Amino acid sequence: MAQRVGIIGFGQTYHRSHRDDVNGVELINEAVRAALEDAGLTIDDIDAVVIGNMDHFEAVNYVDTWSVDGSGAWMKPLIKLTTGGTTGSTLGIAGYHHAASGLFDVVLVIGWEKNSESDTTGAIITCSDPIFDRFSFSGALPGLAVEASAYIKRYGIKEEDAARVAVRDRAHGANNPYAQLQTPVTIEEVMQSPMLSWPIKLLDICPRSDGAAAVIFAGERKARQLCSQPAWVHYTAVRHSHTYFGDVDYTRLHTLEAAVQELYHHMGIKEPLKELDVVELYQPYSFAGLKWIEAMGLCKPGESPRLIWDGVTDMGGELPFNPSGGVICTNCIGATGLLRIGEAALQVMDRAIGRQVPDVNLALATGFGGAYWSDLMLLGKKPW
Amino acid sequence: MSRSAEENIIFDGRIRMPYKWAAGETSSYFLTQLRDHAKLWGTRCSVCQVIFIPPRKNCPRCVTADTTWVELPSRGVLQTFAVIYFSEPLLQPSEPPYIYGIVKLDGADTGLTHFLGEVAPGELRSGMRMEAVFKNKEDRSGLITDLLYFRPEGGSAS
Ligand SMILES: [Zn+2]
Repeated sequence: MAQRVGIIGFGQTYHRSHRDDVNGVELINEAVRAALEDAGLTIDDIDAVVIGNMDHFEAVNYVDTWSVDGSGAWMKPLIKLTTGGTTGSTLGIAGYHHAASGLFDVVLVIGWEKNSESDTTGAIITCSDPIFDRFSFSGALPGLAVEASAYIKRYGIKEEDAARVAVRDRAHGANNPYAQLQTPVTIEEVMQSPMLSWPIKLLDICPRSDGAAAVIFAGERKARQLCSQPAWVHYTAVRHSHTYFGDVDYTRLHTLEAAVQELYHHMGIKEPLKELDVVELYQPYSFAGLKWIEAMGLCKPGESPRLIWDGVTDMGGELPFNPSGGVICTNCIGATGLLRIGEAALQVMDRAIGRQVPDVNLALATGFGGAYWSDLMLLGKKPW
Repeated sequence: MSRSAEENIIFDGRIRMPYKWAAGETSSYFLTQLRDHAKLWGTRCSVCQVIFIPPRKNCPRCVTADTTWVELPSRGVLQTFAVIYFSEPLLQPSEPPYIYGIVKLDGADTGLTHFLGEVAPGELRSGMRMEAVFKNKEDRSGLITDLLYFRPEGGSAS
């Protein structure tokens, strides 16, 4: 039987577009030291290390061995995982599995990226099938633009509705000293920003960031011993689906729908809008902040703009989204999913300085990537 | 599946993308000292006292960032070597045959990998004294290859 697991520490870098002052290994080390300090541990307390980033983004293939000098994994069990955009959430779930197995008491999980070192779009294109998909549709923007335009056509959504989502996350990012983008923007600024691929404009989409995150998971006995308020892992759900981009149904995010239904069913959650207290959504662009909250069952399809304009997902609203500013303010891709987990953990631990949602009992973190994949981790104040 | 192809098509491909690797402040100091002064520097962990070259911003053993610079001499002991008879023109442009080895500079706790020169393979022995040969100052550009190679101390071994 799996043992209960809690998050007992979280560290992250100050994310920037370029961190020329450090190499990748040194960037990783900043997050590792921050997490150890947060948990009050030394590297000797760590039993195993899980690390990951995007393939081809830094052109370093054996990242697990190359990064040992920074990760602290020297002479420890170590594994590298990479699953595209979901890398960070995969890492967190794998860290949970390692600790839940009972084979490792304290597990250090690291996600990182130096987007400044490569051509991000070029690197992402290498993820897709070389014979059928690479020449045309692959990369970050095409799929998202098709998803957004299909959603607009079906429900009569306005570009301003999506702009309001970007405005929310940029306002939240101003509260987070670690975020890359900390300046708020207006609806007009989003609408007037350069068009990248209709209907996605520059301020609708995430930046490219250099940054790293580290989260420490511990089995129940150690978690209670080492931490006065761990963020307990309640449940995880994973849905990874298609190979070719043409296989995806862009009118719905089936992976997220299936993952949340599994999680809600398992946890007995009937009214997620009321029962969840905060969500860190892996939301790489603003239109996802509309369509995907419908996939999460927070409202009926096509009704999300009302929730957004009413401020339901703002700080102070019924279910705040992305108090950290989310992916629209920071996207160091291999770290991004893990940042969602770390930020959700801070909310549960009541330690999200400057961006704390009051009285968080349940926090949901999501991951997104690949050909429309979805990961979830639900964290709670009490063990479940 | 009742049909198979009359021929199996094979695609040639090559992933060719631009990268920029930031050396970071620590390695940049090492490389600029090499470029401007032909000096080799390592770092010492204030906790473990281990001296590393190439330098590390944080200690690889205890992960502390409490490290200090140590100037190392450009001479030391050959730990091991290998003679290369094949070429890898894209990534390792040296003309074979050539020799590379690991030299532990005096005072350092880790070895430095580099080429060995001015010596025939048969003259090399692990444990022999080696010294660094640098490019002329005007040719140095902040690369690890500003150090040309290590040769037997005092010149040729023979
Ligand atoms: Zn040390």
